[in-house]
Amino acid sequence: MRLHTLTAGAFALALTAGAALPVQAEDSVYIQLATYRTGAFAGSGIPVANGMFDYLTMLNERDGGINGVKITLEECETGYDTQKGVECYEQAKSKGTLVFNPYSTGITLQVIPKASVDKIPVLSMAYGLSAAADGNTFPWVFNPPLTYWDGASGIIKYIGEQEGGMDKLAGKKIGYIFLDAGYGREAIPLLESMAAEYGFEMVQYPVPGKEMQNQASQWLNVRRDKPDYMVMWGWGAMNPTAVKEATKIRYPMDKFIGVWWSGGEDDARAGGMDAKGYKTLNFNGVGADYPAIQDIKKYVVDAGKSQVEPAKLGENLYNRGVMNAVLMAEAIRVAQEKTGKTVINSEDMRLGLENLNIDEARLEAIGLTGFMAPMKTSCEAHSGHHAMYVQQWNGEAWEKASDWFEPMTDKVKPLLAAAAEEYKTSNAPWPARTEPCAN
Amino acid sequence: MLYRESGQYKTSYIADQAIFPIREDRIGMAVIGVVALAIPFFASDFFLNAIMTPFLILALAAIGLNILTGYAGQLSLGSGAFMGVGAYSCYKLTTYFPDVNIVILVLISGLFSAGIGVIFGLPSLRIKGLYLAVTTLAAQFFLEWCFIRIPWLYNYNASGAIEVPVRRGFGDIILTGPSASAMTQYFVVLGIVVVVTLVVKNIVRGRIGRQWMMIRDMDIAAELMGVRPLTAKLSAFAVSSYLCGVAGAMFIFFYLGAAEPSAFSITLSFQILFMVILGGLGSLVGSFFGAAFIWGLPIVLRAGFPALGLNVGAEVIFHVAQMVVGALIILFLITEPHGLARLWQIGKEKLRVWPFPYA
Repeated sequence: MRLHTLTAGAFALALTAGAALPVQAEDSVYIQLATYRTGAFAGSGIPVANGMFDYLTMLNERDGGINGVKITLEECETGYDTQKGVECYEQAKSKGTLVFNPYSTGITLQVIPKASVDKIPVLSMAYGLSAAADGNTFPWVFNPPLTYWDGASGIIKYIGEQEGGMDKLAGKKIGYIFLDAGYGREAIPLLESMAAEYGFEMVQYPVPGKEMQNQASQWLNVRRDKPDYMVMWGWGAMNPTAVKEATKIRYPMDKFIGVWWSGGEDDARAGGMDAKGYKTLNFNGVGADYPAIQDIKKYVVDAGKSQVEPAKLGENLYNRGVMNAVLMAEAIRVAQEKTGKTVINSEDMRLGLENLNIDEARLEAIGLTGFMAPMKTSCEAHSGHHAMYVQQWNGEAWEKASDWFEPMTDKVKPLLAAAAEEYKTSNAPWPARTEPCAN
Repeated sequence: MLYRESGQYKTSYIADQAIFPIREDRIGMAVIGVVALAIPFFASDFFLNAIMTPFLILALAAIGLNILTGYAGQLSLGSGAFMGVGAYSCYKLTTYFPDVNIVILVLISGLFSAGIGVIFGLPSLRIKGLYLAVTTLAAQFFLEWCFIRIPWLYNYNASGAIEVPVRRGFGDIILTGPSASAMTQYFVVLGIVVVVTLVVKNIVRGRIGRQWMMIRDMDIAAELMGVRPLTAKLSAFAVSSYLCGVAGAMFIFFYLGAAEPSAFSITLSFQILFMVILGGLGSLVGSFFGAAFIWGLPIVLRAGFPALGLNVGAEVIFHVAQMVVGALIILFLITEPHGLARLWQIGKEKLRVWPFPYA
């Protein structure tokens, strides 16, 4: 038993040593990036991690940080595992991170109640709890630019357009293949209410997490049921497998539409030329032609400070990571303006995230014209129902297949409010918002 | 020299039957007790929240599996799922009885887990060894399926997750939920783990525990001597699942704060099995060693690499931890099947005869 004390003591020593070493320079802020480069979700996790890391590193290298304040970055490997995620969160908290990006709906759900207590904003960019879009209930959680429910309504809207009107949806059969976890289930309530409203039939094909790489039985059912459209909520190894299986049963790929997280190049590449026509939603630009991405190439990739393969610079999920980093960087800038401080803390960061206003002019200033739809957050709207578009795989790369379009905000909004209300009652006593509105 | 029992005479049966018959051990335990009570006043929230509390909880789960595998010799791969049963039943109980102290509910929720464990333990009367491992694997997958597919278990939550509500007890102290302090949760977990471990220690060295060990060592001989395999095996399953259930409920309520079904996946079962193998089969103290090692290694590595001035990626540390654990499991299975606990015991024996290497 004494060994136990010894080991505990050794742990304590190692920790204090570890905590004491990265001495914070005077003008720097710390951001921990919870990422995953291991496990079954690494295929999607790596490009996102690279994108976030590289953009913020580029700001450090090119501009010396944001208004002279360097960003100290550290990655914490979660492996998409909730246990490890909580550990990363605790570590981020102890080191005073400005913001926490869980990159897993499961971890997001876990940290939402803690965020308001620990005063650490949670930025779950277009994932996590849809109801968190309601800033009055969830002052510390942000999910811009879109929630999953916006995405689901967008897909239904797009399908309606393809069919020539929403009234044509009646009697259609729409299959929903999803990762059977918090993430995949998030869209179900909205799809169900849409199915009731427009009279289409929704068929669910859940894919359990450990069966991601073996979807033969699900796609056998798809072949039997013959849905008119397939909608996918997949992530990690689930995406390439689904695309491959879909091509195997010769499902018409242009009727197979994934959410934005199912749109990695590697996901579609798995199906080869047969996957041509596969569509997914998107809300960020693809390609390396943006000046900011070129700066990343110049200051980070060519300088050997990035883990990205140079050929994969500017791919979809990489750019998604960049966009996530842009939101953080812009929030820091706004927070600096609002508070007048340069070295901000996590509470100021919340203020920044709540007052984001990235318009065309701002996008041009940061070298990302046309990279994303202009977006704005406010006290009430932590997500904001921004625009998205549909992209299509041409066998080698993603092509834009539709204009930017809005989700069915009028349908989604009341559902979001109801869900936020439900969350409040089931987690009673949920703390009321005390943070003042600075708009 | 320091650790020597000569001169300590036992004059009563009670003294001879004590859990720690040697004075030095008692002193050691007292020191550990004082340290355990003092830690929260010196350590950071991170140390308590992310290291000590989960370590204690997982040690209890490892004790649970150790009862079944180490003491009764029934290999099980379902401990993660049994932890899940405890967690979900505690969640349902606190939904129905929000005013009952959560500690009582945690202890009761173990009973549900024990019931399920007994049901899945029934095949052990006919099936042995590796084949039993497969049936417990079936339990793992079946229960995980239940956690996903039975919405009643998670109160029809849209995300399919359970979220821990705020619960107060012991005179309005916040015990669970996000606003509970790390210190409170640590002390509650410490209290439960210590009390339960003491009870288990006494079960193990009493009549029931001896039956388990007889069944483990040679079941036919045990049967001939009057041990009923039915009661012995099923009681092992019940106690083991009870401990796992309590650990699972604490894992959610005092550590994770919310959980998806994937939190109780086969990965957790393996994690606990590794703790038991590394720590030592058939040893309670080994369960603590194993839990400390498996839980602490990645954290130590993460702090250790930068401390050595090595700048390695987060994923490298993750990989290194996995490789180290894998290599150590093979090493221990070959060289020391009784794990860290056996090393500890050898160390104590050496210390007794120190400075003489013989005797």
